Amino acid sequence: MRASRRRLVLFAFALCAARAQADDSGLAQVLQGFARRTHAHSNYVEQQFLQVLRRPLESRGELRYDAPDRLEKQTLEPRAETLTAAGNVLTLQRGSHRHVLDLADYPQIAPLILGIRATLAGDRATLDRLFQVDFAGSLAHWTLELVPRDPATLHSVARIRIEGSGDDLSRVEIGQTNGDRSLMTLRPAPTP
Amino acid sequence: MNRRGALAVALWLMFLGAAAAVVLRAHYAADLSAFLPAHPTAAQQMLVDQLREGPASRLILGAVEGGDATTRAGVMRAFAAELRRSGLFLAVEDGEPVTAERDREFLFSHRYVLSHDIDAGRFSAAGLAKAIGATLEELTTPAGALFAPLLSSDPTGEMLAILAGLQSIPGPAHSAGIWTSADGRRSLVVAQTRAGGSDTDAQQRDIELMQQAFASVQPAGAVSAMSLRLSGPGVFAVRARSHIQQAAVRLSAASTMLIVVLLLLVYRSVPAVFLGLMPVLTGALAGVAAVALGFGTVHGITLGFGVTLIGESVDYSIYFFVQSRTGDGAAQRAQQWRRQFWPTVRLGVLTSICGFASLLASGFPGLAQLGAYSISGLLAAALVTRFVLPEIVPARLVVRDVAPIGARLGRVVGSVPHPRALLLGLSVVSVAVLAMHREALWNRELSALSPVPAADQEFDAALRKDLGTADVRDLVVVGGPNLESVLQAAERVGASLDAEVESGQLGAYDSPANYLPSQATQQRRRASLPDAATLRTRLREATQGLGVDDQRLAPFVAAVAAARDGALLGVADLQGTSLATGFDALILHSGAAWNALLPLHAVPGAENRALDTARLRAALASSGVTTATVLDLKQESDDLYAGYLAEAMRLSAGGLAAIVVLLCFVLRSAREVTRVLLPLVLAVLCVAAAFALAGRELTILHLIGMLLVVAVGSNYALFFARPDDGARPLTIAALALANVATVIGFGLLAFSRVPVLEALGMTVAPGALLALVFAALASGQRTHA
Repeated sequence: MRASRRRLVLFAFALCAARAQADDSGLAQVLQGFARRTHAHSNYVEQQFLQVLRRPLESRGELRYDAPDRLEKQTLEPRAETLTAAGNVLTLQRGSHRHVLDLADYPQIAPLILGIRATLAGDRATLDRLFQVDFAGSLAHWTLELVPRDPATLHSVARIRIEGSGDDLSRVEIGQTNGDRSLMTLRPAPTP
Repeated sequence: MNRRGALAVALWLMFLGAAAAVVLRAHYAADLSAFLPAHPTAAQQMLVDQLREGPASRLILGAVEGGDATTRAGVMRAFAAELRRSGLFLAVEDGEPVTAERDREFLFSHRYVLSHDIDAGRFSAAGLAKAIGATLEELTTPAGALFAPLLSSDPTGEMLAILAGLQSIPGPAHSAGIWTSADGRRSLVVAQTRAGGSDTDAQQRDIELMQQAFASVQPAGAVSAMSLRLSGPGVFAVRARSHIQQAAVRLSAASTMLIVVLLLLVYRSVPAVFLGLMPVLTGALAGVAAVALGFGTVHGITLGFGVTLIGESVDYSIYFFVQSRTGDGAAQRAQQWRRQFWPTVRLGVLTSICGFASLLASGFPGLAQLGAYSISGLLAAALVTRFVLPEIVPARLVVRDVAPIGARLGRVVGSVPHPRALLLGLSVVSVAVLAMHREALWNRELSALSPVPAADQEFDAALRKDLGTADVRDLVVVGGPNLESVLQAAERVGASLDAEVESGQLGAYDSPANYLPSQATQQRRRASLPDAATLRTRLREATQGLGVDDQRLAPFVAAVAAARDGALLGVADLQGTSLATGFDALILHSGAAWNALLPLHAVPGAENRALDTARLRAALASSGVTTATVLDLKQESDDLYAGYLAEAMRLSAGGLAAIVVLLCFVLRSAREVTRVLLPLVLAVLCVAAAFALAGRELTILHLIGMLLVVAVGSNYALFFARPDDGARPLTIAALALANVATVIGFGLLAFSRVPVLEALGMTVAPGALLALVFAALASGQRTHA
């Protein structure tokens, strides 16, 4: 009994070590791909699974990235609103109304924006600074799991899970600490 | 000295003592209120109150410059914390979310009395379904997603509604968590002082504390890297006061010194110079004392004006010393002077007094004070010259004979060919220049009178633009006997303004009722909340089609139940939140009168277009609030100044008319009157034309300066208009000396950093010189003819 448990622990260690190995080369490869890319444009469908709701809320829109630090999430349906993060400045635009906010004031969304942006920028240093980064899979299909390091952030965002193939994102899942979660499914926008 | 002489001297000494006592105890002020009407209309009163005591007058805007954004933000945080600790400020805001947590908590826990959307309909099954559906839709947007965790306790989205109401007016940009200018080079802070804006002493204390606090939070070794610049009404008042005081002291000292040197050179007698300053000293003391007694408060600008009087009042003693040369012994010479020259000096004094007396009638304390100051000062100086100087002049005192200088000057004037043609030509050119520039001749903005230098005004405007407080130009004001009544009125006005916002006529508006609804409204909202059992039933029905699990909305049911039993909010409940600052800024309270201000913001993108105030007035009329008025602050203050300028022109014209009447009465000859006045009028025209050519707009102070040119110049013209009794060289010398003294006094003023004093100096120094030259040329013509 005791021996089998020890074996299990060892096995787990071995597994972790193996993953860490894959981690570095795979993650580096993926991030290099992103770093080469200065522009990204996807259509998305987002589903929000809230505790209070029996069925998910659905919305769709577009996600754009321009190197080095501009990320734009444009919700088109059911209600149009655009969120732009450039540097530390958040801009919310709805109709003619525009709000300019400081990213630092919104710990609920900052890690999400910073995490996706750092991934798209291929910025390993920022990812490591803000998150405990876990990489799995291969370049063809990879998964990046980001757990915020900042304990204050952990009050709202528990983890971010990004999936993709090559230098395209395919799914972004955000798990809230309260059990709510949202799932964004992305498809590269057709180039005009 | 005979008994009458002794009496005169004794009276003079007593007067000096009494005047000095009054001057030392007088209260001095240096704000713009000198130029605000003494008997304002209701709208003007609002403006005056705002400028003097209103929340806007208590704002000190600060900008930290230099260093990189992060270091600057660190310094700003420490600086703001230091200021908050001092307790001298009602609020210190730099964009940090100091109260954000508290604000959110306050808004959230009182959402059922604060939300605009609460009424009975909202809590029917259909109303709930609609509100919850709208909230769910809101949650799908990036901003709305932030509210997802609140869904179980606020499914109807009241918090969203409250925040939308409060955030409709954009705030400043942020950088590193701190308010930042649009170009990112300045970090901004706004401090609201406890002391009123017109309490200049307290403002000065607060400003000094801010500077000390800033110095203390500077990181060691980086002393010069970052700097703090302050702005705002209090800062301006303090700065203006110190500038004016400095200018008054320094310029008085400088011009006195220069005049003393000049007189020493000419008189070659120390006692004569000393005695010659007696009328000046008496005049200055009498002027300030008269203003202090007559008005209670002496405006700084009046004090600055005092400098100018030195230049004029010294003239009387110059005439006395230079002209009293005939006769043996001081007494005889003085008697001779009295007989030969005093009538002319007396007429000159009377002419000046006539010119200034009209200012006494002004509805603006600043102008009336200038009038009172000049009249009492000149009168005192002239009386001392006439009654006291002859008594205290040592018997053997004789100043150097300056007749040769006068004779030489007279020859120079006489050698000018065709003086009349020259004068005529100058008049034609001046009038032509003025006619060409007549559109842009006068500055028509109240700010032209501000004692604040233009660069400071620009800096202030830039800060306000960055802070998003620049474009409040229009306000709706509602009055009432108590807070509740004005809040209710503000709510009714708000309802009609909502319609204007809806139709795109208005961008947004702010209202104190957004921060604290009236008790009546709070009661109505509370009364519309159903009890827990009813709410549960309705929720079940409402959530059926929405996919919401009504069992999970228990926190909502509990919150509504708590709000039904909760107390209504009062002003005290706002304390400690940033809402208190917002609320205080929009409520004015003086005596039994309460006013609520609703600042109006233009539609984004159309900030430069004037609001359609006529349309707004019609909308307000339909709201049924009879005390509501639309106030265009810029228009109001410009109207105020236009009225002020018109009044000053009317009064100046009145003063001129009084001078004409006086001269007609004394000289009894239209020809003589014309001969006296023409050189003066021409001098004024030339100066005005020179300003027009230089592209400088004229303000009221220039107008006052012109009045002074006439007042000072009338002495010259009167002397020149006298028949030549053989003392002409002496008279010319006396006038030339008096003129140089005047030009020194006003010329120094032209270098003042205080715009209004500078304007005065720039007008009078050249004007007085021209008045003398023109008067001499006009008389030269007569000698030739």
